[in-house]
Amino acid sequence: MSDTTIKLSDAAIRKQMLADFWFYFRQNRGAVVGMWVFIGLVLLAVFAQVIAPHDPTQQYRDALLVPPFWQEGGSTSFLLGTDAVGRDMLSRLIYGAQYSLFIGVVVVAIALIGGIFVGLLAGFFGGWVDTVIMRVMDVILAFPSLLLALVLVAVLGPGLTNAMIAIAIVYQPHFARLTRAAVMGEKQREYVTAARVAGAGTMRLMFKTILPNCLAPLIVQATLSFSSAVLDSAALGFLGMGAQPPSSEWGTMLAEAREFILRAWWVVTLPGLAILISVLAINLMGDGLRDALDPKLKRS
Amino acid sequence: MFRFIFSKLLYLVPTFMGITIIAFGFVRILPGDPVLLMAGERGISPERHAILSEQLGFDRPIWVQYFDFLGRLFQGDLGNSLVTKKPVMAEFLTLFPATVELGLVAILIATLIGVPVGVLAAIKRGSWFDQVSMTAALVGFSMPIFWWGLLLIIFFSGILGWTPVSGRISLMYFFPDVTGFMLIDSLISGQKGAFTSAISHLILPSVVLATIPLAVIARQTRSAMLEVMGEDYVRTARAKGMPPRRVIGVHALRNAMIPVITTIGLQIGVLMAGAILTETIFSWPGIGKWMIDSISRRDYPVVQSGLLLIAGLVMLVNLLVDLTYGLINPRIRHK
Repeated sequence: MSDTTIKLSDAAIRKQMLADFWFYFRQNRGAVVGMWVFIGLVLLAVFAQVIAPHDPTQQYRDALLVPPFWQEGGSTSFLLGTDAVGRDMLSRLIYGAQYSLFIGVVVVAIALIGGIFVGLLAGFFGGWVDTVIMRVMDVILAFPSLLLALVLVAVLGPGLTNAMIAIAIVYQPHFARLTRAAVMGEKQREYVTAARVAGAGTMRLMFKTILPNCLAPLIVQATLSFSSAVLDSAALGFLGMGAQPPSSEWGTMLAEAREFILRAWWVVTLPGLAILISVLAINLMGDGLRDALDPKLKRS
Repeated sequence: MFRFIFSKLLYLVPTFMGITIIAFGFVRILPGDPVLLMAGERGISPERHAILSEQLGFDRPIWVQYFDFLGRLFQGDLGNSLVTKKPVMAEFLTLFPATVELGLVAILIATLIGVPVGVLAAIKRGSWFDQVSMTAALVGFSMPIFWWGLLLIIFFSGILGWTPVSGRISLMYFFPDVTGFMLIDSLISGQKGAFTSAISHLILPSVVLATIPLAVIARQTRSAMLEVMGEDYVRTARAKGMPPRRVIGVHALRNAMIPVITTIGLQIGVLMAGAILTETIFSWPGIGKWMIDSISRRDYPVVQSGLLLIAGLVMLVNLLVDLTYGLINPRIRHK
């Protein structure tokens, strides 16, 4: 009986918190627009097979570099035209959304989990554990992120998986630093001491007592990293070190299109526009999340 | 102040050691035989392998190799490129001015536009200027610059024919390399049109490279200004009837500049990463293109040393930023 009442009030608190969050998030019009665009991207990626008019790797040999349908010589069977080997641009762009979202999710997940773990250790134990961990993070941060990712990919071998691992390694120190700072702030608070006195073990203190109270800045950083991951993986693809042809990753598509920049504007313009729109949408959302979650980080 | 500098320097030592360990370890964790990788040879006899291994020091214990590597590093010896056979340090020094020139012009563009835009957006908070400029800043911040560069080439080089597509200067000009900065050298040479040619080559790459720092600086300036303008001393200055121009110029701007200067300094790392992409697109013969070319040519001595030099450089610039910060903000120095 008493159990259910506790659960009910818990749920009520959560609901209230969610409502509060939505109230603040909604204040930022850009964030709401960004969210809808992002949802659209997710839907595109999930239903790519249904939506895309063609197979993204199918080469129509009789339709090379066909312009978009509104231009002279365009055709409605290839709405956004075709590339140099006759693949449908629209379908490739739609399938490209899968790559970008997948890369963002994987990179952020690896960096977040790694960073939280390392940051918790450093912040909770302090002393030499902290010193060693944070020095290693400093070393990683001393390298320009794209350069370190490039060299890591050179070590691991070019390809999508290795590119994701490399980018995650490069991003991980940001999460570690944030977690450490938050943990050090929370560690001294009364509720942690209370939990400790009540007999909570180290693991419980770290993961159940302290961690949930450090999440706000981490969520904001996660959205920022998500958009940077999309950008950086596209950059690696563009430099030939990320996803390999014929995959329809947007950066890789741009790299293949480079030689046609003065002859066929659509093969160059469209993949970049897709990258810009998705990164912008995620950044807009990140701004809104920051305002709603963390009043301390509020910019304006 | 001296103690402040010293403590900052001391703090850098472990980081620098870490950087050398990564650069040193990089070749040794590559798949394949490090001897063959570093010698750039294949399918050699066991005798030749033994000779090379001894020559490159791979037959000695790993820690001896590391200290040997450090020792040579402090003498400025970074090994030779596999492709050109020239010392890596010499190659770096020839190419470095090109990147510095590009980076300096980019950071100049970013600061000269970003700071005024940020200040104006903060003063006119909520106005159409604020909204348009901050939207533009967010677009710039989200820009895939390798695509942005291609777009500018299509428009300014392809359609308008105003700017060249690649390189630092037109091939018809030839003059001695005095400073390594094309803008200065072309002026010194006194050749007609050389300076204009250098500028027309520089303008697109530097705009591309400036895009993200510009967006970051504008956003940071705006938020720093907003924060400062809410402070008591600004309100006091206003209340005692000081003209608004003076309040903003003297009281607000000076204090808002402290975090902005840090932001500008921290863009150096961003610039270096951006230089890799920008230099690749515009065939700009600098450090970024050198690195990416070396990675794809598997010129590992160059990659190893380039990594070390660039990270060391970024570290040094960050130190300078820290010191400037301490210089203009006594609160940091005495903490």
